Amino acid sequence: MTIRMTRRAALLGGAGLAAGTLAAPAVAQPSPIRLGGLTTLEGPFATGGQDAYRCVQMELERINHTIGGRRIEFIRESSNAQADVALARARKLIEQDNVDIILGPLSGAEGIALRDYSRTLTGKTIVNGSSGASDTTLRNPSPNFFRFSTDGTQWMAGLGRHVFQQMGIREVAVTAGDYAFPYAQVFGFNLEFCRLGGRVQHYWAPLGTTDFTSQIAQINRSNAGAVVVVHGGTDGLAFMTQYAQAGGSKPLIGGSIMADQTMLSARGPHRRVMNGMISGGPIADVIDDPTWREFVERYRRRWLNEGGFQSPSIHAVNYATNLHGILHALGAVNGDLSNNQAAFQRALAAAEITAPTGAAVKLDHNRQAISDIFLNKIEERQGTAQVVAFGRTQGVNQTLGMPEAQFLQLGAPSRDNAGCVAA
Amino acid sequence: MRSRAAPWSLLGLAVLLALPWLLPQLLPQGQAQFWTASILGRAIVFGIIAMSLTFLATYGGFVSLAQMMIAGIAGYTLAIFVEGAVPRVVGLLGYGAAIPLALLAATAMGILMGAISLRSRDIYLLMITLALGMGVFRFIETNIAWFNGYEGIRNVVGPSLFGLDFRNALVFYHAALGTAALLYFGILYLVKTPFGLVLQGIRDNPRRVAALGYAVGLHRIAAFGVAGFIAGCGGVLSTIYNIGISPGSIGLGATVNILIMSVIGGLGHPIGAFIGSLIFTVLDTFAATIYDRDRFNTLIGLAFLAIVLVSPDGAIGVGARLRRLLTAQPRPASRVCGEVRSRPPSTRTAKEEPP
Repeated sequence: MTIRMTRRAALLGGAGLAAGTLAAPAVAQPSPIRLGGLTTLEGPFATGGQDAYRCVQMELERINHTIGGRRIEFIRESSNAQADVALARARKLIEQDNVDIILGPLSGAEGIALRDYSRTLTGKTIVNGSSGASDTTLRNPSPNFFRFSTDGTQWMAGLGRHVFQQMGIREVAVTAGDYAFPYAQVFGFNLEFCRLGGRVQHYWAPLGTTDFTSQIAQINRSNAGAVVVVHGGTDGLAFMTQYAQAGGSKPLIGGSIMADQTMLSARGPHRRVMNGMISGGPIADVIDDPTWREFVERYRRRWLNEGGFQSPSIHAVNYATNLHGILHALGAVNGDLSNNQAAFQRALAAAEITAPTGAAVKLDHNRQAISDIFLNKIEERQGTAQVVAFGRTQGVNQTLGMPEAQFLQLGAPSRDNAGCVAA
Repeated sequence: MRSRAAPWSLLGLAVLLALPWLLPQLLPQGQAQFWTASILGRAIVFGIIAMSLTFLATYGGFVSLAQMMIAGIAGYTLAIFVEGAVPRVVGLLGYGAAIPLALLAATAMGILMGAISLRSRDIYLLMITLALGMGVFRFIETNIAWFNGYEGIRNVVGPSLFGLDFRNALVFYHAALGTAALLYFGILYLVKTPFGLVLQGIRDNPRRVAALGYAVGLHRIAAFGVAGFIAGCGGVLSTIYNIGISPGSIGLGATVNILIMSVIGGLGHPIGAFIGSLIFTVLDTFAATIYDRDRFNTLIGLAFLAIVLVSPDGAIGVGARLRRLLTAQPRPASRVCGEVRSRPPSTRTAKEEPP
């Protein structure tokens, strides 16, 4: 008897709870805006994805999850950096969770998949997270896909010129991964460097290479005045370690994901050679800008004790930049998403915002960001290696200042089309 | 005996056909569309690929891990030859010509897999097909000229069918369902033909079949060819569903997912593949909603573990088990044969097969 009573009580309680949660939305006055987040919490970029959600959560908490008088409900989804998984999750967000806007994804192939998916949607908007393939917005752009962050080619803006003019180097060896993101980065570097008259020798290595010794031997014997290293993650670490052990002494130029805290915080001989490395990218650890200092300060206060880094990662800043774009446009239309989001999408396209780095961001006719790119140098400060911005190229567009038709004529970046065309 | 199951299959098919109109009665509009396109549609597409494995395993006793790769061959062939895909590798063909070409390529790949793995059985067959699958995956991932490497080929939007756009969820659902039904009944027919009977003979005792004068090797290769064709149908549909294909779709994760679908559904009857893929798709989609977002894979793993522990012959075994439990009959052979066949293939002999 007692058992039956408790079971009945539990059932009643459960029913009451369920009724309560069902009834709750009816009480709120204006319906909330549903924002879907898509990043990678599994797979190779999981740490970057976690950090991205940290910054998104922090920025939503700052505005108390409210914009234009409407609440923002943030629904998180996770992919594993594979295009088809990202697509399945995006479909779930749109169709099942009924979100209005998706913020994401993180990696290149996912970005292109979601761009294609966004074209099949009406009255929904996808705003990029951190994916950096240039073709996502450059070729076959979708009217429903917006990107307030810059791409891999843009990130190299100013680097080729700096190496040629300031460092006075006429010939470089480029060692890079044999896949899309390094192609885009090498393309951006070569475009400037070769136009000024520089010569480039390429050394490609497949993603996941661990032994670079033969490459390094060739590079050390060559006439190259500097080495441009466009590897990422463990490949980059392996190259740098072996370069240091082989007694490499040429100046180093790095791709955007080489000069990163994940690389600098690892122990080993690579830290000696990486000190003084020049690189280009959308962020640095130290940027002399009050907006950035304030952002880093808030990030540390919020997350340092909950697993955050000393300084927000590149993915986190890209997600935050894109979120700023969304919030700006939502504020401009006062949270009005009616009429298939027409007014909202117009506001997005016209948005001029300030990224967490202090860089001004606006969109071009393909809904791709035009923004500032930093020239960075790795310095020892207070006993730790930090990426310090010393130069800034303002208003870098997707074609690095070239007329778009001429840029498109060059073709998509690949190992056979590395952007080294003389002027 | 199997003819008794046919009306049930047809009834199930009719329900599935009408489902896009039944679901909105039960669920809100947006959710009904989601269930039609992204749960059932996806489950059917992957069910077809899983069914190619179930067909080989159930009637031939071959567990092949190359089926997802073969589906990918069809998908890539379609993406390479169809006009409008990005980047344009060859182009030139419309969907009417590219899809048959893709199916041909998948069948040829299936035959090749069968020929290469001709002399291996059991765990060795599993390993050699896995190795071949991974080899093709790595090649595609690093080849830029034909497969566009890591990025894959996008914008395979699918044809217009009698003036209906394939991107419409209803059209896609019914096309996938129609394909699945044709293949499903095709398999049920095929296993009753002399070819199917020999195949089951090979499963039970290849030496005896060889002694009777049948070419065991040729039958085996042909079975792999049939499975390749089935996987190819799934590959074409999944490529259109995903608006393109990239190496991730045929990698180790995808390969293992197909095996999981087949096993949790049950390797005893082709319907198991669809039940398995439906369970898999539902779990894969909703686990993150039910459970902690950082650890939802744990829930998926536990659910699969539970299914395999409770019923070693997969979900289709559960029904038979329940019925036995309720009627308290000690395994009458005729009953089991009439419904879903749940016994492990090795215990059966060719003699039991209906003529």
